[in-house]
Amino acid sequence: MDFKRLNQIKKDTYKKVGNRYTRAKLKGMEFDRQVLVCGSTGCASESSQVIRKRLEELVAEKGLQRIHVGQTGCFGLCAAGPVVVVYPDGTFYSHVKPTDVEEIVQSHLIENKEVERLLYIDADGKSKPFNEIESYCRQLRHALRNCGVIDPENIDEYIARDGYFALYKALKMTPDEIVSEVTNSGLRGRGGAGFLTGRKWMFTQKAHGEKKYVCCNADEGDPGAFMDRSVLEGDPHCVVEAMAIAAYAVGADQGYVYVRAEYPIAVQRLQKAINQAREYGLLGNNIFGTDFCFDLEIRLGAGAFVCGEETALMTSIEGHRGEPRPRPPFPAEKGLFGKPTLLNNVETYANIAQIILNGADKYAAIGTEKSKGTKVFALGGKICNTGLVEIPMGTTLKEIIYDIGGGIPNGKQFKAAQTGGPSGGCIPASLQDIPIDYESLSSIGSMMGSGGLIVLDEDNCMVDIAKFYLQFTVDESCGKCTPCRIGTRRLYEMLCKVTEGTATMEDLDKMEELCHYIKDNSLCGLGQSAPNPVLSTLKYFREEYVAHVKEHRCPAGVCKSLLKYVIDPDKCKGCTLCARNCPANAISGTVKEPHVIDTSKCVKCGVCASKCRFEAIKKV
Amino acid sequence: MISLKINNIPVYVEEGCTLLEAARSIGIKIPTLCHMKNISELGACRVCVVEVKGMNSLVAACEYPAREGMEVYTNSPRVLKSRKTTIELILSDHRKDCLSCERNTNCELQRLSYKYDCDSTRFEGATRNFVYDESTDYIIRDNSKCILCRRCVAVCKKQQGIGVIGTNERGFATHIACPFDMKLTNTPCVGCGQCTVVCPTGALRTKPETLRVQEALANPNKYVVVGTAPSVRAALAEEFDMPVGVNCQGKINTALRYLGFKQIFDVNSSADFTIMEEANELVSRIANGGKLPMFTSCCPGWINYAEKNYPELLDNLSTCKSPQQMFGALVKGVFAKRQNLDPKDVFVVSIMPCTAKKGEKQRTFTDHLPDVDAVLTTRELARLLKENGILLNDLPDSETDSPFGEYSGAGIIFGATGGVMEAALRTAVSVLDPTAPFSKLEFEEVRGLTGVKVASYKIAGQTVKVAVVNGLANAKKVCDKVIKGECDYHFVEVMTCPGGCVMGGGQPIRATFVKHRDEVATTRAGVLYSADKAMYNRRSHNNSSVIEIYKQYLGEPNGDTAHKLLHTHYHARSKYVKE
Repeated sequence: MDFKRLNQIKKDTYKKVGNRYTRAKLKGMEFDRQVLVCGSTGCASESSQVIRKRLEELVAEKGLQRIHVGQTGCFGLCAAGPVVVVYPDGTFYSHVKPTDVEEIVQSHLIENKEVERLLYIDADGKSKPFNEIESYCRQLRHALRNCGVIDPENIDEYIARDGYFALYKALKMTPDEIVSEVTNSGLRGRGGAGFLTGRKWMFTQKAHGEKKYVCCNADEGDPGAFMDRSVLEGDPHCVVEAMAIAAYAVGADQGYVYVRAEYPIAVQRLQKAINQAREYGLLGNNIFGTDFCFDLEIRLGAGAFVCGEETALMTSIEGHRGEPRPRPPFPAEKGLFGKPTLLNNVETYANIAQIILNGADKYAAIGTEKSKGTKVFALGGKICNTGLVEIPMGTTLKEIIYDIGGGIPNGKQFKAAQTGGPSGGCIPASLQDIPIDYESLSSIGSMMGSGGLIVLDEDNCMVDIAKFYLQFTVDESCGKCTPCRIGTRRLYEMLCKVTEGTATMEDLDKMEELCHYIKDNSLCGLGQSAPNPVLSTLKYFREEYVAHVKEHRCPAGVCKSLLKYVIDPDKCKGCTLCARNCPANAISGTVKEPHVIDTSKCVKCGVCASKCRFEAIKKV
Repeated sequence: MISLKINNIPVYVEEGCTLLEAARSIGIKIPTLCHMKNISELGACRVCVVEVKGMNSLVAACEYPAREGMEVYTNSPRVLKSRKTTIELILSDHRKDCLSCERNTNCELQRLSYKYDCDSTRFEGATRNFVYDESTDYIIRDNSKCILCRRCVAVCKKQQGIGVIGTNERGFATHIACPFDMKLTNTPCVGCGQCTVVCPTGALRTKPETLRVQEALANPNKYVVVGTAPSVRAALAEEFDMPVGVNCQGKINTALRYLGFKQIFDVNSSADFTIMEEANELVSRIANGGKLPMFTSCCPGWINYAEKNYPELLDNLSTCKSPQQMFGALVKGVFAKRQNLDPKDVFVVSIMPCTAKKGEKQRTFTDHLPDVDAVLTTRELARLLKENGILLNDLPDSETDSPFGEYSGAGIIFGATGGVMEAALRTAVSVLDPTAPFSKLEFEEVRGLTGVKVASYKIAGQTVKVAVVNGLANAKKVCDKVIKGECDYHFVEVMTCPGGCVMGGGQPIRATFVKHRDEVATTRAGVLYSADKAMYNRRSHNNSSVIEIYKQYLGEPNGDTAHKLLHTHYHARSKYVKE
């Protein structure tokens, strides 16, 4: 591969894909319309592959040669999936079913009439073109710039979007220049801790050693997080290219991407990308005719959360049980197979090519003083627009939740946002104006984490939430060090006592003490951050804990041991519906007489309350 | 040199030193549980945490390198409170039957609990699924006492190169076990018991046979005979608060008499028989173009290892039974006849520094009877004596009985690595060169703790090349070389345990031994070498009992009768047995 050929591929492919992501009428394009179907996990789980195949068949059948049907990565609005977007119209079809395809082809592609019933309805109740949807207007898609635009399985389409031009440019620079470019951009690790990426590169570059490695951490394990998966599914080449640039900068010739086996689509697309890059000579020996040689391999993780910790990840790549090792030595000095190793997360790599191409300054212009650029979040929980968003650093939590996320469904009250997964904490609604950046989040006891953002509403019990995250860590601890293996378990047992109403106020103090002990004494980041969900909820929602302990009451009505269902005799009509549906035969009464629940038999499943047509059954 | 401050005291140490070592260098001890220098460096247990100025969390002193200008606090309230909590958490997942535990008063966890004033009930809660594995003849794995320090895993894997135990599952369910939670007996475990020696608690222990021995002693129809292995006399005293390096053989003889054994023999004596057979076998192999190199067969751990890992080398193993098995065979096959005893009524007990001997005892038979009936380790003997109120320290010395109580200096040194080789060389020199009566006695080249020792000797115009291996990880290296034809040794001694039998899996346990293994090995071996030096007769073939027994009962060494009684054969065995 040389520059001329790369440029030629870009020019040729541009004709095919140039009229995507824009509603402008461009000249000299091969296709009049681009029909793009999301091929990422969320949409694929609802038959988006079938939809695309059907579209292709029908377009061919009807002889619509100037219409291109293609697959892309994630569009972000997963809640609206499966998503089909038509350019240059900008039409955004949501919840498309395979049976809708015929209508789309006939009405939209042949008769030029949008299928109105499938159009996405924005928060203001109107259907809009893709680029005007509120959620998108507020975002800045930087790491995700190719997601939803290119076919991730086609290297030419990546090249058409300036792909591998950064690698070409980098190979003309000195390694020092690259490292200082990355340093000056202010990019910080997107895996959670937020270490300055350029410094990490510099340490690895300066480390002595003939053999060095670059690794990519794609072992995304936080519950509810899918940023890295989406990047790999939507734009795998950006990671391949960035790793090659990193390898050149630090002096490595071999790279590994450690990705969880639970991400089959990501794994398959990444492998395809690596194969294509090899075929084009963008991986392998003498890349772009230089002395630089680099190759990349995938290593599959078996789904252990701890393998997202850098030393555990490397131990796992080496073929051992995935367990962290003490640091120092840090991976930059002694990492994979004892050699200097650079490890970055997927999203960090996804920013590299743009920094090299457009310069550090342009990147550093985005974001806040200490947190530069953008951050991808996976929005989940009690939020209207579940999905993937990318925002400039410094955007407030409120903006993310209300403007981008569309607010809380069913008119419920926003209570807290959980960021950083099991290592993070809960941000109460009172702090919703906090700007999202590394320092602000850690100052309030949470952390950026890899970017999971779970929204909680008034129906969530904060003790229960803390228990959920802690149980995750208890199960996912590698079991090596005492504080994490036994400490988190004891902490979990104390939380159980709270949710069961058997804890005392002394237990709360003991819990807090144990939290600080675990943070202080654990071997790796997993243990050191495991108590965060407990500590942050104790800090901001202590009154909920106290209600459980002192009043034996769960204010949100979640903790089963503390609630009971009762029938209001004034409202009960004696219709028997509840009694007939009770799985535990706990409800008795005669027809047309008020019924009674036997609390000793009741399993608190709530079926009776949901069946009652007279709102006579209440949780108390 | 780098300088730092520990508890405000200036410390100067070499670069590469850990904080643990730096503190130790000025006389400050930081407790450890999981740490074993160069063998197990995990930073897992966290009892060694210290505070470093400027760092957010505490660090593990066993792993953290000392750096210039550091300010370290080993005893700050934050550190002490953390250590206490760590120990209390460990205790919350530990079956605390301390009062009757074999390791009571000799348990590292117990000692730390006391030292840090721990409340063993502060964190009560669920425990792991406790597994109890007594499937082998030699070791009991009792997970309810395991604290997951993984020292056993490290010695099994790194020191012995076997690795039959590791970490299974994760989180709170993490436990030490064999692959797929198989039973130990179905794995390539060789029974060396090194795991029991490094275990800080009672999670790994010897499978006891004291009860069987006591029953036999109390049975009027049993004629109970005992023999003590050389290494036992070099270590038993430690169990009775005497320092390391005290030879207490005379007291052992008295103690065994007190216990009611009918005959007090010595396995040193059968070691002399072993040399007679082995040296002659070697000479005959060399003379007749037999399979070389010949490997020793005294060590049952090594035999298990060879049978499970190197079936292609089984013909290289000496066919001699081990001294223990020869002892049993001689007692049942010769002594019983001489005393007009029915061998069925003779109950042979051996006292061994070794756990694998417990498995070996039923390997060979004489007239359909197992050669040895019960094997007690040094630790078990100590417990038996204590139970019987026998105050070893106060006992007078006494002699062994005839004929299997008489031995040469060569028999004594069997317990140290290189000892069998040296004993065999002493005799081989005489067999090959009978005209040189004052030939070489001390073969310094094969002594000492080096993993693989190589030497060559010119005997009667012929060069004999020998190798002495201790520690199975080293045995693997030599075996692989032999198979590839990369070495031309005539004779190879292999001892499973690093240091030889004096450091066997059945020897006394002290927390400090783990850290000072080499010193202990050298001191215990020193007991045997001094005893050898003090002997008038230091060659096996000059042992008058040996000469007499050959004359009366066995005929020629390596001859037909001797072969029937004193030799055995080996079978290839699969590493893992499907359950």
